[in-house]
Amino acid sequence: MSNSALSPAGTSTGSEAGFATRLLGGAAKRLVIAVPYFWLLLFFLVPFIIVFKISLSQTAIAMPPYAPVFDLSEGVSGLVDRLGELSFDNYLWLVEDALYFNAYVSSLVIAAISTILTLLVGYPIAYGMARAPATLRPVLLMLVILPFWTSFLIRVYAWIGILKPEGLLNQFLLAVGIIDQPLIIMNTHTAIFIGIVYSYLPFMVLPLYSALEKMDYSLIEAAQDLGCPPMSAFWKITFPLSLPGVVAGCLLVFIPAVGEFVIPDLLGGSQTLMIGKTLWNEFFANRDWPVSSAVAVILLLLLVVPIVLFQNAQARAQEQGR
Amino acid sequence: MNASLSRFNIVSIVLGFAFLYLPIVLLIIFSFNESRLVTVWGGFSTKWYVAMFQNQGLMDAAWVTARVAFISATVATVLGTMAALALTRYTRFRGRILFSGMVFAPLVMPEVITGLSLLLLFVSMGLDRGFLTVTLAHITFTMCFVAVVVQSRLITFDRSLEEAAMDLGATPVKTFFQVTLPVILPAIISGWMLAFTLSLDDLVIASFTSGPGATTLPMKIYSQVRLGVTPEINAVCTLLIAVVTLGVIAAAVVNKRREVQRQRDEQAAQRG
Repeated sequence: MSNSALSPAGTSTGSEAGFATRLLGGAAKRLVIAVPYFWLLLFFLVPFIIVFKISLSQTAIAMPPYAPVFDLSEGVSGLVDRLGELSFDNYLWLVEDALYFNAYVSSLVIAAISTILTLLVGYPIAYGMARAPATLRPVLLMLVILPFWTSFLIRVYAWIGILKPEGLLNQFLLAVGIIDQPLIIMNTHTAIFIGIVYSYLPFMVLPLYSALEKMDYSLIEAAQDLGCPPMSAFWKITFPLSLPGVVAGCLLVFIPAVGEFVIPDLLGGSQTLMIGKTLWNEFFANRDWPVSSAVAVILLLLLVVPIVLFQNAQARAQEQGR
Repeated sequence: MNASLSRFNIVSIVLGFAFLYLPIVLLIIFSFNESRLVTVWGGFSTKWYVAMFQNQGLMDAAWVTARVAFISATVATVLGTMAALALTRYTRFRGRILFSGMVFAPLVMPEVITGLSLLLLFVSMGLDRGFLTVTLAHITFTMCFVAVVVQSRLITFDRSLEEAAMDLGATPVKTFFQVTLPVILPAIISGWMLAFTLSLDDLVIASFTSGPGATTLPMKIYSQVRLGVTPEINAVCTLLIAVVTLGVIAAAVVNKRREVQRQRDEQAAQRG
């Protein structure tokens, strides 16, 4: 519909009908852009500005539990007066208290390790899928996507029954005789890794699969005909060609995993420190909105680089598809 | 290429799918457990399903969730489709970079940030937390997923069909509804379904933006899970999985049928 102006129908008739068509096309275009644009401005961008604003305000025992910073109803002079009241106390608090610093670091480390584990688990699956007969591929693809449609919370919950000390995994291992003491997995970092790998696996497999599926396998055959051993052919040809999928998959896992709440809360127990959980507790348990806003602002700053990378990758994929 | 699966390929596929499905299968099996203990098998029973339907709090939450998911998926589908059209059809307009950023960023944004920021917006707007606010929040984060799904279909769309329609004198709006929409409809439907299940599943954003009287099913499940694993929750989860799985499979079958029908039509057209 964008090319109504270019279309011969608009010009060849050249009459009022053509003019009306163009006018209608223009109005439709503006509407199609403006409606989602304003929605996202109001419900996505403005909220971040508010979070930033409240992160600079003082905690107050009131509802809402923060002292107002400035609002536009007071006019410009009010704004200038209020600027002096801005407080960076919440940020100082975050820097001074080792709890927050440790939570940020451990979130980044846990997310990074989980991302690598997900890649290691996901790559062979995606590779096998890409090499499967073409008739089988849609079924395999469907089977990877299906768990993604079932609730995240349910899938994490399912692991509690498996991992706990008297759970199914320990029952099985004890019965088979591999171990004689139940393994303590629940409420450890291992449980969080398992939870993240399991929950985010489809996000890793899908971009990997679409990169590997497009690959021309005659390249591998050619390399092998020329005497290249399979492993070296993989590292020299397959892996570099699948790199866009690797990058997209890792970002899709890493970014949300850093701020993950459900998995560390249900599988990680009370000792694990992750920033998503810290933010949740500040907000719901301590009811300290300014501090939780400051936690969110810093989390966002940490994630700006990977998020921009992700957007560029998306934009590039979009340009290539055109 | 002539696909030949090596033994390594087969083993990794089988192990991978076992890993993906075993926990869900175990959860379903233990929802039929007679015993109150979730991990010890005490015989087959459907009593937890009966208990679930008699749990009024659970049923109320399920009803709230269904309404929120239906409304938000529908609005999100309209907004997301518009966003996808804007991104694929109009390569040049003011603020396009910001726009595409706002469409893609929510896909990876940690839920705690989205939830907190929307809550603070609603508080400063003076909206009471409840059904309306959780619906608005769900529209916002699910519309971006719809946009991506529809966009991937629009990219491969053959534009000459639209041009032909307009050459024949159709207005852009008519062209959209009679030519473009039928072709991208499967993507719009799967976008709607994706938005619906995302809304159905969401715990974190709902916990921030919902208020008294609008407790959603995941919030209810979460508060019970924190107290311990029970077969009743397994029963609720099994039912949810069944609903979603049936929906996805039905959609896939309908899509497949349409595809076959379309190919038959095309062949008939070529012969005729």
